[in-house]
Amino acid sequence: MTASSSEPATARAQASAATSAIALRATSFMILLAVWEIASRTAGSRMLPSVETVATALIAAALTGDLFHHLGITLARSAAAFAMAMTAGTALGLAMGRWRSLNLIFDGWVVLLLNLPALVIAVLAYVWFGLTEAAAIGAVALNKLPLVAITLREGARSLDRDYAELATLYRFGRWKRFRHVIAPQLAPFFMVAARSGLSLIWKIVLVVELLGRSDGIGFKLQLYFQLFDVPDILAYALAFAGVVQLIEWAILQPIERRAGSWRR
Amino acid sequence: MAEVSRLEVEIVEKQFPTPPGGRRTVLRDVSFQMRAGELVVVLGPSGCGKTTLLNIVAGLDRDFTGSVRLAGKPPDAARIGYVFQSPRLLPWRTVLENVALALPSGTDPAVVLGLIAQVGLGEFADVYPARLSLGMARRVSLARAFAVEPELLLMDEPFVSIDEPTAVRLRQQLLALWHGRPTAVLLVTHNTREAAELADRILILSSSPGRLIAEVAVPLARERRADPVEIDRICHDIDARAAAS
Repeated sequence: MTASSSEPATARAQASAATSAIALRATSFMILLAVWEIASRTAGSRMLPSVETVATALIAAALTGDLFHHLGITLARSAAAFAMAMTAGTALGLAMGRWRSLNLIFDGWVVLLLNLPALVIAVLAYVWFGLTEAAAIGAVALNKLPLVAITLREGARSLDRDYAELATLYRFGRWKRFRHVIAPQLAPFFMVAARSGLSLIWKIVLVVELLGRSDGIGFKLQLYFQLFDVPDILAYALAFAGVVQLIEWAILQPIERRAGSWRR
Repeated sequence: MAEVSRLEVEIVEKQFPTPPGGRRTVLRDVSFQMRAGELVVVLGPSGCGKTTLLNIVAGLDRDFTGSVRLAGKPPDAARIGYVFQSPRLLPWRTVLENVALALPSGTDPAVVLGLIAQVGLGEFADVYPARLSLGMARRVSLARAFAVEPELLLMDEPFVSIDEPTAVRLRQQLLALWHGRPTAVLLVTHNTREAAELADRILILSSSPGRLIAEVAVPLARERRADPVEIDRICHDIDARAAAS
């Protein structure tokens, strides 16, 4: 068989492709730093501090433990809002895709929610429910929910009848049908919702924190904005962006690769 | 051979709704019976409702007037294997998993592997269906249909859109599997020659709406089916019967 000779070659090709991918990403990062440094020198360090100044601020914030405290709180809020929005949005979206009457009832609400600015939802949540943790997380989740719902509704609508018939004919039980027939068809829609959700949520979490919380990255940004402390604003913002990037690389992309391994 | 699986089909009428509130009749007065171990071919032009007929017999389509009974039971209480026209393998499951999924969980994987080997795909058990050609995917679909030890095997144009040598091999594999595990087979096709080569009995459907217009028994021993002269004679007979009605 050719398999024995081609397998190590394939492994080598994959390894070298991985190395060059890392090299490209590193280059892209270096270019970003270079552009930043040049811009900083042209614009003046008060408007845009140099890479070194921001790095120093970042290390100082990390050493006092302040950075990790606020980073952790913002991450926890994002995670809670993400979980709520994904669960409720998926349930609502699937139900709307499955039952026409439910879709007619909720479609208007979803569109309204989709077009309501995040700021309006956050302000109203604080006014109605007070400056509480639940109001903050709920407001973020509510911002994300309609996007999850409409994405999963498309997923439910695109379920293939051919596969449903197959499952009926060979008498798949409920769980078997869900695991082997339905879930794999919904997985891409769920991943799209999760992906776009993560980036949307952490942006809104900062707004909500800025408006009505006394901790978290959003709170710190407001503080440094009042002091016009650009190095610390950049340090906190970049630290959080870095964490989100890490989640993307270490969690979301591997899951997506695994789920799509059957594609040619 | 067990004589339990007797299929009784009586379709008075089958209609499909058409967009502006109308209804189109696709099948009318299609009634026939099948013995266990019999291979019956339904022959008819494209669009005469052959696939609809199979879906009704399989119990997948219940919106019709009439009844279907397999050994006295409704079709969803019977074990039925169905080789759909498109192979309908789950693309996110391997060949092995696709066949195994038709069986109750906990079935010995060796049994499944044996079936896959029998259709000549032993090396491809761990491959995803996207890597298979149409002919290979049909063979997996055939192995899956036989895996459930069906009382009735339904096949929808199983040899269409594959090249002739592949079709010949698939036909041989079907017959080999069928001899090892005798079951009633109901196969639909628009190809007269294919019908003549395979069938014990041929049911001829008219063009839409499909009606049963003739029934032709093929009393030709299996070993003489390779003889082109005999097959030509049967084809001629079928054409004459179809034209007469």
